[in-house]
Amino acid sequence: MKTKNKLTYVILILSLGALVYPFIWMMLTAFKPDSDLYVYPPLFLPRTWHFENFTRVFELIPFARYYMNNAFVTAIGVVCQVGISILAAYPLARLRFPLKNAIFTFVLLTMLMPFVVTMIPTFMIVAEFRWVDTYKGIIIPLLFNGFSIIFLRQFFLAIPKDLEDSAKLDGCSYLRILINVIIPNTKEGISTITLFAFLTWWRQYLWPLIVINSTKIRTLPIGLKYLLSDGGKEYNILMAASVMAIIPVIIVYMILEKQFIKSITFTGIKG
Amino acid sequence: MVMIDRLRTYKKEEVFFSYICVLPIIILAVTFVIVPLISVFWLGFTNWDMVTDGGNFIGLKNYKYLIGNEKFQKSIINTLFFAGVKIPLDLVLSLFIATLLDKKIRGRSFFRATFFLPVVIPMVAASIVWLWLYNPMITPLNQLLSFFHIKPSRWLYDPNLSMLCIIFFSLWKGLGYNIVIFLAGLQSIPDTYIEAARIDGASPNKIFFKITLPLLSPITYFVLLMGIIKSFNVFTQISVMTPEGGPLYSTGVSVFYIYQQAFQNYNMGRASAAAVILFFMILAFTLVQKYIGQKNIHYQ
Repeated sequence: MKTKNKLTYVILILSLGALVYPFIWMMLTAFKPDSDLYVYPPLFLPRTWHFENFTRVFELIPFARYYMNNAFVTAIGVVCQVGISILAAYPLARLRFPLKNAIFTFVLLTMLMPFVVTMIPTFMIVAEFRWVDTYKGIIIPLLFNGFSIIFLRQFFLAIPKDLEDSAKLDGCSYLRILINVIIPNTKEGISTITLFAFLTWWRQYLWPLIVINSTKIRTLPIGLKYLLSDGGKEYNILMAASVMAIIPVIIVYMILEKQFIKSITFTGIKG
Repeated sequence: MVMIDRLRTYKKEEVFFSYICVLPIIILAVTFVIVPLISVFWLGFTNWDMVTDGGNFIGLKNYKYLIGNEKFQKSIINTLFFAGVKIPLDLVLSLFIATLLDKKIRGRSFFRATFFLPVVIPMVAASIVWLWLYNPMITPLNQLLSFFHIKPSRWLYDPNLSMLCIIFFSLWKGLGYNIVIFLAGLQSIPDTYIEAARIDGASPNKIFFKITLPLLSPITYFVLLMGIIKSFNVFTQISVMTPEGGPLYSTGVSVFYIYQQAFQNYNMGRASAAAVILFFMILAFTLVQKYIGQKNIHYQ
């Protein structure tokens, strides 16, 4: 029994090492001068610790601007997506109106359809609206998200009818019930879907790649992609940029780790 | 009669409020899902190229071109290869690690948190890091190979290996997600089931295959479904690591092909036809999966 447990630890630690290794390789490369990059056999540690790679990133591309753009798009995207999903999920879960089932089934079906199927006509429509290369053009076409509507509806369904009824007896309007009864009782579900929305918006790639033309409104993933394709493939600088893109996310993750894991479990079990 | 009764129970105020609430998603869905979905079928029959207005109706020409086109065929095969290799490996590995974590071990939440780490980091940054790891000149991977006296490899530049490199990276990136879900599933299985089987003299293997696995089947189904959806959507790592679709188009998947045709070659009509074909493929997959799911899922 004991040796078996030892084997478990060995396997876990080995796979953990393999998992973390790319991060270490990234960190160490970010501090290497050009002369340390292509030596054979590869150097594990830099011979001299070189901090200029990080400042070079800011000279090569408007990195801070990309960060701000990404934060802006993410903030607006998350708030709007979660907001309209809550609005839609409430009547779909708890009210009676014609065509309710049809709307629900439609939302459910959209979850299975990859974005690429509708991508080209969506681009035409956005061009027609003159939204190409604008924040509007990046955000609005991606706001409809079937998953968050369905997921919130599941949560709203679980609220006991009594809570709603007593509010109704007090003469609350439907809007009041939504704000004072439904939302406070489903905080867990709403924060889960917000976290999910944050992750999706922060890493949005395919659509921004199509819609953004100018460097001014490039988001972080798009900026990194162009640093790779337009730059001279200087990997120490690319790694420095990657470190700066990854570390803040890791810090957020470390603070909210419990919440992240719970969110994933929730959606996995409920979905 | 029943119909009329149902209609009568609708309250005017309730219906009005409901429609106000669903209005935003209806407007968005109509503009960015329904209209595009209908238009993509129409565009597939045209030779629109983004420069000329609208393009002309050319019947089935795009479809004929695609069916005979080697790159398009490759993109379908590459997508299926990606899904066919990645999904089973992903399932087996994540379930294996989840069962290890489900044992009475110390530091479980530390392990779980670290396994999940690659999931949260941005895909583009992770792809760039791995592009450097796969660099044929200097990669530590080749150093590892030479340690075992194996010839150094060209990784992403080798047409036989490039897709496997992408798959391996994608496994690294996504494994933690499934581990967390499987672990939650394993922990929700009541100990009494396992205990009862053990008292009856069942071996650990038998317990796993006859009790644990069937009880996990709804979760396995969910993971499988997500895996298929994700595989059909795979694009970011391909576009970052192999911006031309890899050597001999060995990593050009469906989304990549459509993107390239539409937004690099401006063959919007042809790309739309490819999107329609992809749509029907996914439809077929979903139907088959639903059928298999209904037959094989056991709920507690």
